[in-house]
Amino acid sequence: MRSSVQSGRHWLILGASSSVARAFARQVAAEGAAVTLAGRDRADMEATAADLRTRYETEATVMLLDAADRDSRAMAAQAVAAAVPPGRLDVFLAFAAMPDQGAMEENPDLALDCIMATYTGAVDLLLRLAPALERAPGGRVAVLGSVAGDRGRLKNHIYGSAKAGLHAFTAGYRNRLFRKGVTVTTIKPGFLDTAMTWGLPGIILAASPDNFARACLTATAKGKEVAYIPGFWALIMLIIQHIPEKIFKRLAV
Amino acid sequence: MRAKPITLSGWGRFQKAAMGAFRPERSREAVSLVAARPGGLTIRGGGRAYGDQALNEGGHALLTERLDRVISFDAETGLLVAEAGMTFADLLATFLPKGWMAPVSPGTGFATLGGAVANDVHGKNNEATGSFGHHLEWIDLVTPDGETRRVTPGEDLFRATVGGMGLTGLILSVALRLRRAPSNAIDLDERRITDLDGFLAALAEARDTHPYSVGWIDALARGKTLGRGILELGRPSLTKLDAAPRKAKRLPIDLPGFALNPISIRAFNLFYYNRIGAGGRMGAVPIGQYLYPLDALLDWNRMYGKRGFHQFQCLLPDGEAATGMRALLETISAAGSASFLAVIKSLGGPGLGMLSFAQKGFTLALDIPHRSDSLQLLQKLEDITLDHGGRIYLAKDSALSPEGFRAMYPEHQAFQDFIDKLDPQRAMTSDMARRLGMRG
Repeated sequence: MRSSVQSGRHWLILGASSSVARAFARQVAAEGAAVTLAGRDRADMEATAADLRTRYETEATVMLLDAADRDSRAMAAQAVAAAVPPGRLDVFLAFAAMPDQGAMEENPDLALDCIMATYTGAVDLLLRLAPALERAPGGRVAVLGSVAGDRGRLKNHIYGSAKAGLHAFTAGYRNRLFRKGVTVTTIKPGFLDTAMTWGLPGIILAASPDNFARACLTATAKGKEVAYIPGFWALIMLIIQHIPEKIFKRLAV
Repeated sequence: MRAKPITLSGWGRFQKAAMGAFRPERSREAVSLVAARPGGLTIRGGGRAYGDQALNEGGHALLTERLDRVISFDAETGLLVAEAGMTFADLLATFLPKGWMAPVSPGTGFATLGGAVANDVHGKNNEATGSFGHHLEWIDLVTPDGETRRVTPGEDLFRATVGGMGLTGLILSVALRLRRAPSNAIDLDERRITDLDGFLAALAEARDTHPYSVGWIDALARGKTLGRGILELGRPSLTKLDAAPRKAKRLPIDLPGFALNPISIRAFNLFYYNRIGAGGRMGAVPIGQYLYPLDALLDWNRMYGKRGFHQFQCLLPDGEAATGMRALLETISAAGSASFLAVIKSLGGPGLGMLSFAQKGFTLALDIPHRSDSLQLLQKLEDITLDHGGRIYLAKDSALSPEGFRAMYPEHQAFQDFIDKLDPQRAMTSDMARRLGMRG
């Protein structure tokens, strides 16, 4: 099970308390990477860090980060730049906030929170991390987008629009870092079997966090530009993106 | 936190229940879910209890599968602290390469540490090593009042929680003393045994010679061959095996009801018996394969079709084992209830819990495919077990009567009194607790 493919790498996991981020951290730690877990829930991240250290005998540390807070983001980016030697840093950006669409429609403040965390926070952090990534080639960046960002839908368009913005940003960011030998992979997850979707109606063929994390790491290691995971979502989204607006606006999806 | 409306079954797939299931991913969320709520709450780990222990019709369930982190491990003493949703397969895969293994392990690696506490499970080494509860340093338990308590051996709360079917609250994490594993293999000595008396004698003899022992009986053999089968005696091997990890296969569909019939099962059992030559066989096998033989076929419970099956496991004291097991096997055979291999083991002594299963004696376990007359058959088996001073294992049970439960578990009243005081709002419950009248 152990290999050393990731030996010498240092993965920064942003939004480390989700089951998907936890599974990803286990994957890279099992392959020998050091891991910094960043997020808001210190107790939870400490438990995950202990898990990684004990299972894989690798370095795992915890960093408090509130993605909606500018000072917190600036401090986190600075700390990482200081701690990780040039050319060793890899980034997995996994945080997002997805309040209920109906609740956001009633209370636009909630919509702002969603956009602040999902889009603004992500863009700001990636910009602040760019200099550290650009110091030397070899880095890998994976950004979790969403199929929700491929087309605005009745049921999910606020969150979807934040992810759509993030997709556009990531495409240009990929172009920028490519020039310095750093790959940027936009991951577009379909349904994932996590706390975010647990108990929601209409969730089918949801991927387990472990399978998803494995596929993410494969796509990222290959330096793929955009990856739908699971892969069949590429086809589903191709169809959905090509439904004419005249029809799409009538669909209650 | 959202509850998902879901219908779950026990591993035997006979009992099913519709409930609202929570699946927390952080321990803080899990703690906050332990509270009195309509329909009560049951805790579910790996879902490998055969009957209705982790079902709660019309109520709520808390699934622990996402809480599976290792919190610490002391490589000097072997003390492991882990979240209760960690499975035995995970434990083995993680710690065997470091030279450690669980001191006691149930027959499937998909069971969780929390489930092992709640059932005070035994392994194939009960005589030598005791039950799971004997190896716990402490348990972090969220009691029904929402408080998290560290519970240590000797406390009443410990005695109620070990073997307590999850009714004392949510087991968050456990501190378990692992054992050193000299290698990744077990030296296995397999022998043919021709009848039941021979089996009991050989198992009794093995108590002094081999830490691990288990037998597989052809449950359809009758008359002089009744109780014939294969005895497996094991010791941790000193030589490492270069074993490629096995890839589990999956049974993708429910087999139709006719697939398993007395003829096909008889043929399988005969094949299994003849697998080992008359002279026996010795060799080393990987520990995982030895401990969890059935895990190689995922969803093997679908073999019994949509109607599901029961597992019957009882313990009979030494002096009653020969007559009792004969009566049980004859009754099953007479009922024409086709059963695969029955498992026979020797147990060493009582566990630490009020409702711990283990006692000095022999245990017999077999599957009974569900048919319209199965419950009557199980009632007969319950009566025979009681007549011989035995008891039925709640981890496997789907059919025990409340009277039978009270007669088999003398500390049932102490348990009930304790739980009623601990949980006056009746936050914790299960279909099994209601069926057996475990609460007042």
